[in-house]
Amino acid sequence: MTVDPLIELRGVNKHYGTLHVLQGIDLTVGRGEVVVVIGPSGSGKSTLCRAMNRLESIESGEIRIDGRPLPEEGKDLARLRAEVGMVFQSFNLFAHKTVLANVSLAQIKVRGRKREEADRRSRELLDRVGLAAHAEKYPAQLSGGQQQRVAIARALAMDPKALLFDEPTSALDPEMINEVLDVMRQLARDGMTMVVVTHEMGFARSAAHRVVFMADGRILEDRAPEEFFTAPRSERAKDFLSKILSH
Amino acid sequence: MDVLTENFSLYGEGFLGTLELTLYASALALVLGFVMAAFRVAPVGSFRVFGTVWVTILRNTPLTLLFFAVMLGLPRFGLVLPFELFAVLALGCYTSAFICEALRSGINTVPVGQGEAARSLGMSFTQSLGAVVLPQAFRSVIPPIGSTLIALAKNSAIAGAFSVTELLGTYKTLSELGYNIIWTFVWIAVGYLIITLSISAVFNVMEKRWGVAR
Repeated sequence: MTVDPLIELRGVNKHYGTLHVLQGIDLTVGRGEVVVVIGPSGSGKSTLCRAMNRLESIESGEIRIDGRPLPEEGKDLARLRAEVGMVFQSFNLFAHKTVLANVSLAQIKVRGRKREEADRRSRELLDRVGLAAHAEKYPAQLSGGQQQRVAIARALAMDPKALLFDEPTSALDPEMINEVLDVMRQLARDGMTMVVVTHEMGFARSAAHRVVFMADGRILEDRAPEEFFTAPRSERAKDFLSKILSH
Repeated sequence: MDVLTENFSLYGEGFLGTLELTLYASALALVLGFVMAAFRVAPVGSFRVFGTVWVTILRNTPLTLLFFAVMLGLPRFGLVLPFELFAVLALGCYTSAFICEALRSGINTVPVGQGEAARSLGMSFTQSLGAVVLPQAFRSVIPPIGSTLIALAKNSAIAGAFSVTELLGTYKTLSELGYNIIWTFVWIAVGYLIITLSISAVFNVMEKRWGVAR
């Protein structure tokens, strides 16, 4: 498949003190592609995800978004971040604002939309994630699954080119995981470019175009999900899969 | 009681002097404290250094010394202003260091994820600070800022030693006129109480309205 690269990482390195958390990472995510990153905790997958919109700085290597190198800071970086949405493990909805205001805020501040226009768009998106009825509530009044769906709507409101998900269901009660995954599956079907760090193997199998397996700061496998899950090549991946798929 | 009724205009002038010093210096302290707090959490290193130096110098200098520095020092550099203005400058700058630190501790109570979420949506540092972090920090800094402004009201008494008309300074005139020193001070204390209790009341209302709900 010829890919039109949207996110490109070349030789990316990062240390936390003496821990070499990203070791020469090369990764390309094509437009419209869904890439699921899995691996044991501490393998660097969250750091990798956060590096893609520079919530984590990197020490060497290059990250390009849509052909342009990721700026170091300032206005250029802000502009680029608006193009790449991020969904966090802990939702991070703005606690002092209503659900509607959460989704509208950056549209107004960053995209310069009028409040009415932004609110209209926000209601559309809230409807799409099934939360139109909760627009006037505060985040603390919603369940975890609902908060995460609002967070997805908030990221979508910027009309991003790609969405990054950093363990979006890891902080959720089991019964709420599916309502979030369903929204993500729908996004994937709609052709959104997604990088998803997760432990949800079912999602990886059903929605991913590629599975990237990371361990100890390296990418060990980067393959189609069926191949990866049925015939992992590396010992590390075999070991990891045997532990999580056995129960 | 006589001392108050017979010298009402003197007390009144002193009270107004203290009130003005408190109001203007508070305004200056809040603005400067806000700016310095923003500097101290800014992504630009030189801003952070400036904010830190500002707080370190002003918070660790005795206020009286600061008054001397402003009143005697600034005119040497050709800056001659009315003493009232010098007093507002000294008080305002001094208190801004404490306001800055109170605000910064409030900023630190806001989870890191709030700022990260704002930045991940493309908001600039000023936007995420102004629209996301500070409104949440504000709730937890209402009580300490109230205390700081009460301290400012009382610290304004130092200005009296530099021939600025304010409440405490009235005792000199009154004791020269031979009034009972105890009653003179009682009425001065009442004057300060009116100001400080008003500040408390304002901040209590603010806390009820905007404070962190528990």
